[in-house]
Amino acid sequence: MSPFTLFILLLGLSAAAYFVGRRKAFAVGRKIGGVNRMHSLPTYYGVLTALWCGIPALLIFSCWLMFESNVITSLVIAQLPEEIRSLPPNRLGLIINDITNLVHGNIVGGEVNRVIEQAAEHYRGLKAISHAALATVTLSLAILAVILVQSRISPRLRARNRVEQVFQMVLIACSCIAIVTTLSIVLSVLFEAIRFFRAVPISEFLFGLNWSPQLAIRADQVGSSGAFGAVPVFIGTLLISLIAMLVAVPIGLMAAIYLSEYAHKRVRDVAKPLLEILAGIPTVVYGFFAALMVAPLIRDTGGLLGLAVASESALAAGLVMGVMIIPFVSSLSDDVINAVPQALRDGAYALGATQSETIKQVVLPAALPGIVGSILLAVSRAIGETMIVVMAAGLAANMTFNPLQTVTTVTVQIVTLLIGDQEFDSPKTLAAFALGLLLFVVTLGLNIIALYVVRKYKEQYE
Amino acid sequence: MSSIHSTMTLASVTRPPTVDLVKSGLKRRYRAERRFRSYGMAAVIMSVLFLAFLFFSIVSKGYTAFQQTFIRLPIHFDPAEIDPTNPAAANYDGMIRQALLKRFPTVEGRNARRDLFALVSPGASFQLSAMARQDPSVIGRTVEVWLPANDDIDMLVKGQIDRDLPETERRLNNDQLEWVRSLQAENMIEKHFNRIFFTAGDSREPELAGIWGAAVGSFYTLLVTLVLSFPIGVAAAVYLQEFAPKNTWTDIIEVNINNLAAVPSIIFGLLGLAVFLNFFGLPRSTPLVGGLVLTLMTLPTIIIASRVALGAVPPSIREAALGVGASKTQVVLHHVLPLALPGVLTGAIIGMARALGETAPLLMIGMVAFIVDIPKGLTDPATALPVQIFLWADSPERGFVERTSAAIMVLLAFLIVMNATAIFLRRRFERRW
Repeated sequence: MSPFTLFILLLGLSAAAYFVGRRKAFAVGRKIGGVNRMHSLPTYYGVLTALWCGIPALLIFSCWLMFESNVITSLVIAQLPEEIRSLPPNRLGLIINDITNLVHGNIVGGEVNRVIEQAAEHYRGLKAISHAALATVTLSLAILAVILVQSRISPRLRARNRVEQVFQMVLIACSCIAIVTTLSIVLSVLFEAIRFFRAVPISEFLFGLNWSPQLAIRADQVGSSGAFGAVPVFIGTLLISLIAMLVAVPIGLMAAIYLSEYAHKRVRDVAKPLLEILAGIPTVVYGFFAALMVAPLIRDTGGLLGLAVASESALAAGLVMGVMIIPFVSSLSDDVINAVPQALRDGAYALGATQSETIKQVVLPAALPGIVGSILLAVSRAIGETMIVVMAAGLAANMTFNPLQTVTTVTVQIVTLLIGDQEFDSPKTLAAFALGLLLFVVTLGLNIIALYVVRKYKEQYE
Repeated sequence: MSSIHSTMTLASVTRPPTVDLVKSGLKRRYRAERRFRSYGMAAVIMSVLFLAFLFFSIVSKGYTAFQQTFIRLPIHFDPAEIDPTNPAAANYDGMIRQALLKRFPTVEGRNARRDLFALVSPGASFQLSAMARQDPSVIGRTVEVWLPANDDIDMLVKGQIDRDLPETERRLNNDQLEWVRSLQAENMIEKHFNRIFFTAGDSREPELAGIWGAAVGSFYTLLVTLVLSFPIGVAAAVYLQEFAPKNTWTDIIEVNINNLAAVPSIIFGLLGLAVFLNFFGLPRSTPLVGGLVLTLMTLPTIIIASRVALGAVPPSIREAALGVGASKTQVVLHHVLPLALPGVLTGAIIGMARALGETAPLLMIGMVAFIVDIPKGLTDPATALPVQIFLWADSPERGFVERTSAAIMVLLAFLIVMNATAIFLRRRFERRW
């Protein structure tokens, strides 16, 4: 029986268990003179039966499948002849791949010999045994649970409380997924990064001035020694983010001030959704726009002015990224400005200040922490933005602050290092995880500070 | 204190009254006021202009892709060539070449002939093969067929290739231009609606490339995302908003969710690569893994939106339900959640729209592969719409530029529909208490 049919069967069984439990509750209720003398509604007895039938069986089902292939593979390896088992791990991995491909009926990379065929046969046999065992175990467990639970249905069984307990546990589990996600991000990135730092010292990574992650394929190859000094990459990231912030902060902030303090309601009703559209456009669209429209435009304008502009200039990527971040800055600052109490404005007006003086000297200083927080969030967004820079910024890690030249960023490097088939233990791919770790730590730090500042600021006026 | 008082009295004696002081500065201050206001207006207008420029440039580059150039050729389905039991094996390229040579009998020489044959797309033979398979009665007859032209011809007909450029700088030589002109004179070249674009998978040839494969990939990916992230997100929001005690643990969860919402999407891609692909050994490039990664990415959005919606339900509803003897769970399931559902759904749709436009994490888990086949399930290799846009944007052929723009238009159309649905839901069903 294939796992999928088994899964459907288990679901069907627990649906049936619901009706079994419910009927039993009705039957018990009739005996003691009315269902309403039971502790819970009959539905709860049904749900309780269904839960007992489904959950343990499905738990075993998923654990089994999670470990099945590992166990079978190690059993198959144990059966292989000695000369194959003593091969280096990557060669052995290839042979295992061949075996599993043969089992699944895929195209096999290497030649198929007697040994591999035998191993595949062995694999298939083990898999069949495992599936049969899984079916027997889960189905008998499910049926056993139904029999046990429905025999215990009595007026005193507090089915509703039990069901609600399970429900709460499910809710708690769901809300812990956020924690699990963060932990697995940290662990997976950290784990690979540590492997990278074993090959490349951390000081060289953080302070080295030369980035060229191309590793030699052959030992005697020229010009590809692999240098992992990430400073040029950081500088590129900073440069592009700086350009983006120079565009986004003034425009976003002024737009927020205008929309919240000056604009007529009708203007606001039109302009705000338009800004939100700007925020909803996928970044790959901005990337295309930057690479195919803005970059040539800048290059041609630069050519007219007699400037040498690289076709993948930092300026193009930064400008478009700035446009992308405008709505982000403006909506966050809008919230912050609206949170400033009206009484402060009224006080300023009463002293004879004009509206712009009120804004500049009362509202903005009052809102400053919140605005700083939203700018920090925007910076973290700019640093982590990927598609625009992948499409519009370059790959060459130049150490320059000239916005007309090509620079590269952390995200671009992560993408280029990991796209394509790579060996997973070369420093080149692991470097991507080291960069990822750095990106995560920096953006996380910015976010925590920013969210803390914004929250403190909002509490101040509540 | 006394010194201030004395200077003030002094000032009132020697200087003009305060009103005049204020009045003299008024002009300057009003100017500053107007200037500040116009800065604000300029910022809003600039953002809107950016938006207009973006849309204009994409639409003006992309609308031509919805039409495609076709060449009408009388194809003789040679019964000597086609085996009726196996029509797919016949040499349809040969038949197209025969038809072209019949139309231009003067073309001599290998190079000239190759240029002639290049007028028709290399994929045109598949169309003929499909015709012969579907309707075997064409075998033995001569049928007028509209075949897709090569992308260079397509660009020429659409006016993207300048006929006046010197021959060496053009992708088409003078002979080819002449052939096209003579075919155009006889109405044998026409632009038709580009059905291939909406029904085909990816291809190296722009005229044969379509977005259907990517759209199906996106659909499967979003399906996984929706099925996982909606129930989990709502459950987490219900717990945090309705059940959770106020303690350090829930504080940690809250801070965590807010931070996850701001983690760069590429980090989720790294997570997917390290955990789902390398640790759990799930298949690369599949909608299943893509959906899992996007689930983790959209969860915070859905949780935050759902919490806002749940929080907007007034406490009186809960108290009334508790008052008639409902348990806490019943209060939530029977009363609070149904009332909050429009807001929850709006959040979910907005999260899905964001997931639909997301590219970077999908690059990390290998959904950038060149995949011609339409995916048939969750574990088939696939790409997604935004990834297809990324792939085409990198392609050097000119025909892909307009197709990229057209694919962007399709993607934006989907996003606009989704967001409009969200806004509609909010307007129609939102209750204010």
